[in-house]
Amino acid sequence: MTWESAMPTLIVGTSLLTGLLIFFLEEKRQRLRSTLNLLGAGLKLVFVGIIIVGTLQGREYEFRFPLVLGFDFLLRVDMLSLLFVTLSGVLWFVTTIYAIGYLEGSEHRSRFFGFFSICVAASTGIALAGNLITFFIFYEFLTLSTYPLVVHRGTEESLRAGRTYLWYTITGGTVLFVGVAWLNVLVGDVDFSHAGSLASVAPYYHTELIAIFVLLIAGLGVKAALVPLHGWLPVAMVAPAPVSALLHAVAVVKAGAFGIVRVVYDVFGVSFANSLGVLTPLAILASITIIYGSLRAMTQDDLKKRLAYSTISQVSYITLGVALFGITGTIGSLVHLVHQGIMKITLFFCAGNVAETLGLHRISEMNGIGRRMPVTMGAFTVAALGMIGLPPIAGFISKWYLALGGLEAGKPWVVVVLLVSSLLNAAYFLPILHAAWFKKPSQSWSPRTGKLETSAMLLVPPVITAGFSLAAGLFAASNGSPLALARQIAELLYYSSP
Amino acid sequence: MIIWLVLLPFAGGVLAFALARWGRVIGLLTTAGTFAVGLIFSAQIWQNGPQRYLVGGWSVPLGINFFADGLSAVMLLITGGIGTIISLYSISYFAPTARKGEWSENDTFWPLWLFLVGGLNALFLSADVFNVYVTLEVVTLAAIGLAALAGNAAALTASLRYLFAALIGSMAYLMGVALLYASYGLLDFQALQQVVQTDAPTVLALSLMTVGLLLKTALFPLHFWLPPAHSTAPAPVSAALSGLVVKGSFYITLRLWFETFYGQIHFSAGQLLGALGTAAILWGSFQAVRQKRLKLLIAYSTVGQIGYLFLLFPIITATTSRDVVAAWAWSGGLFQAISHALAKTSMFLSAGVLLKAVGTDEIKSMRGIAGHLPLTTFALALAGISLIGLPPSGGFVAKWLMMKAIIGSGQWWWIPVVTLGGLLTAGYVFLMLRYTFLPQEANHPFKPVSPVMQGTAFALAVGAVVIGFRAKELITLLNIGMGFPEVPVLENPGL
Amino acid sequence: MSQYQLYAVGAVLLFCIGLQGIIVCRHLLKKVMAANIMGGGAFLFLISIARRNTIETADPVPHAMVLTGIVIALSASVLALALTRQIHKTTGHTTLEDPTNNRVEK
Repeated sequence: MTWESAMPTLIVGTSLLTGLLIFFLEEKRQRLRSTLNLLGAGLKLVFVGIIIVGTLQGREYEFRFPLVLGFDFLLRVDMLSLLFVTLSGVLWFVTTIYAIGYLEGSEHRSRFFGFFSICVAASTGIALAGNLITFFIFYEFLTLSTYPLVVHRGTEESLRAGRTYLWYTITGGTVLFVGVAWLNVLVGDVDFSHAGSLASVAPYYHTELIAIFVLLIAGLGVKAALVPLHGWLPVAMVAPAPVSALLHAVAVVKAGAFGIVRVVYDVFGVSFANSLGVLTPLAILASITIIYGSLRAMTQDDLKKRLAYSTISQVSYITLGVALFGITGTIGSLVHLVHQGIMKITLFFCAGNVAETLGLHRISEMNGIGRRMPVTMGAFTVAALGMIGLPPIAGFISKWYLALGGLEAGKPWVVVVLLVSSLLNAAYFLPILHAAWFKKPSQSWSPRTGKLETSAMLLVPPVITAGFSLAAGLFAASNGSPLALARQIAELLYYSSP
Repeated sequence: MIIWLVLLPFAGGVLAFALARWGRVIGLLTTAGTFAVGLIFSAQIWQNGPQRYLVGGWSVPLGINFFADGLSAVMLLITGGIGTIISLYSISYFAPTARKGEWSENDTFWPLWLFLVGGLNALFLSADVFNVYVTLEVVTLAAIGLAALAGNAAALTASLRYLFAALIGSMAYLMGVALLYASYGLLDFQALQQVVQTDAPTVLALSLMTVGLLLKTALFPLHFWLPPAHSTAPAPVSAALSGLVVKGSFYITLRLWFETFYGQIHFSAGQLLGALGTAAILWGSFQAVRQKRLKLLIAYSTVGQIGYLFLLFPIITATTSRDVVAAWAWSGGLFQAISHALAKTSMFLSAGVLLKAVGTDEIKSMRGIAGHLPLTTFALALAGISLIGLPPSGGFVAKWLMMKAIIGSGQWWWIPVVTLGGLLTAGYVFLMLRYTFLPQEANHPFKPVSPVMQGTAFALAVGAVVIGFRAKELITLLNIGMGFPEVPVLENPGL
Repeated sequence: MSQYQLYAVGAVLLFCIGLQGIIVCRHLLKKVMAANIMGGGAFLFLISIARRNTIETADPVPHAMVLTGIVIALSASVLALALTRQIHKTTGHTTLEDPTNNRVEK
């Protein structure tokens, strides 16, 4: 095994190994567990750094292992996986810090962090998967490793949520499975490639290909929470805050969206998908989800629930961009993959801080909370304004490109959808900000115990990610920004020949 | 070489009966030895292809013939491997004889268990339809003796019901054999293949034999005897019954349908077996979800999982040559048999651990076992994952190949069966696993359980997952001598 | 109809009678006997085919099969009888009733 082929396995392996080691740690070995956690997350960041540099120098990282006849297990680094693996590597590191602080003194931490790490291993695997089958393997792996996190608290409510979650995701996985198998029967085991590999399929099979596309999108749409497959997401909110943060920003929801990106660009090929006529229905579905999620978010009083519905809406921006044929829409979609992650994780960190420090869950109880927790609410404000699409925060960039992409694809109604959605975003985020900063507190807060408004482990992560959100917007034009990377990938997708 | 696979366990069985005090030592050594011989033997088949052996030098039709190809080798390996692990587990499970002169469960177990292993090995090596009947009876009688081991009313009744069902099955099979012999004067699987025609007596013969075998394999609606018998037996016995014994009669069905009668069986017969398999999957899984006791849940799960094995029948009978689609169905179905054997044995062994730890196998007693029996919890989870067919596991490879065969054959109506079956399986697996996340009930102490018992159950579960990674070699071995394309890759119609 | 065909028909009849007995009879001893009748039918059938092709000497293979079959049937009967006795001992019943319904006897 060469260094190049070992690299992708190492990246997946670090999280997996960390997870397995932590399982067998005694509950009270807190210091060792935290060290292991941070070490795993840090090591992974180092590896990700190495492959970024290596890829820029033109090295190719690929690990291939024939599993069954006509079916390879393939991990490979391409530009898209680089984008996603960097996102998950960085956010995992931040979330690990947050989770250590959040779960301080609670029960079953070995189990929690074990599955937590395995869950990240799965989402890294999703990022690095080089063909649809490998992708599917990790996709299901993700379902399995997130279930214990959702039911972690062991209450009746969380078990119920876990059941809903499993029911949705396993059904989605099965549908995906049928699609993957069908495609495999039709064209064999094809690796992801930026030009797609189905363009040469004889026209006789095009109806079958459309059916396969529907199956694949339906299977992935469950995790990407496309309406009407979104039902699990608001329910899964009973999970601890770091889990929700990870689920919404990089793991489950993003895995679905990333899968859609892979299917459209790297399996079907965007031009071919466009000529099959499957992109417009997808765009309409995504638009419906965007509006629906925002509308439902408005009526939620529970902060985490409101954020959950907001996720349904925001993640569909990615799907929408994918469904717009044209390079600008693609850039918008890919850059939103990153931007939505860093903004949403900030929002969930903040919601978790409020719940953990003051025990507040409802927005109606949060009047004047900005005075008690200025830093947390500051970060929250940055991310929320970003979600609305206020320049110069990251969200603005995504929306700008998506709107231009809509025009470029000859679908001006997309601009209307984006405008309405932004208005709705404002309508459900601004009242929170208004209440937090300008309303008089309706109760007296529990006093601070230390110098900070809450423990440092809880405070630093949202500040970092809010900083990312700001930086991604401010420095969008510079080299190495998510936007620059997205542009580079989009050029590959459109201009590389099959 | 080949003869030792049969001689060794039978000799061990007699020895274990005569020297009851040494039963456990003899048992473990014999099963491990048999497994070792099986490994060497499989390596020979891998290298030199199928092998024939004339017992005592008598030739067909009077002598007894042994014949082994890739399919036999895989079944021998599974029996040997799982058998050795069950032996290891049983040493800790059964308490040794308390006083001299007393005949305990432990003393009865070992001889019967070794006879069971010997019978299975002989079954997988037999080359003719009658010898297969004899060996199947040895297996059945030993299995029933083992199932009755607990000695309580429930176990005795269940065993006797099992015995009557088995007797009807074997008599029907014997009638079929007689009819075949009346028409062709031959008994050898392969010799018959050259001459069989689809006239009325032959169709009747095959029908009788198949019904008899299905009764013993417990395919819905002939499964009624299985859940009580498999759930009342001691854990290692349940494991052997669910994991190995039902595969014996299934193996004969395969030989008959896809060796002797291949190409002669009407499309509708295959569809019928597929439909029964479907009913089994739905009914077994549905019943499993409703159970309150772990061992019953696992037993009903066996009823459902057996249904999957029969989905390969409609696909292969629809083919006229051993083409790629048939090869997918063949390796998929057999992979299902193998991974089910591993996963199911592991689950029953885990149920035994639970029984020893909390004194009951009620599912709700699993609250909080994760903390006390982490290995067992993991074993149940891994085995469950393989049963559902989630990647990466043996069950996944089986489902993957099965699904490809279904799509490739154009018999799309089996797609919802496989998917729905997977969902129902997930239903009962997680019904079971969710209790491990619940906090432990107060004043419900856990007794310590031998680490060997926990470890063996875990090892089998790991095996059920790991074979998903070495699928290629197993499938190649399976295809030796069966005439399926060695590397079943379709020239893709789409490209 | 030749003598041997007559045997064969009788054998099938015996087989069916035995099958019906196992399913219908409730008493365990009757079930065991029915199983033996069923087996008898199968064995008689095997014997009848030994002379199927007007050849001079009877085919020995079916005889060998019957001998083996009888040994098996005997051991199965013994096992069934032993189980029956044991069931009678523990439950006081001689039927295959669900033992969970008869807890009182214990």
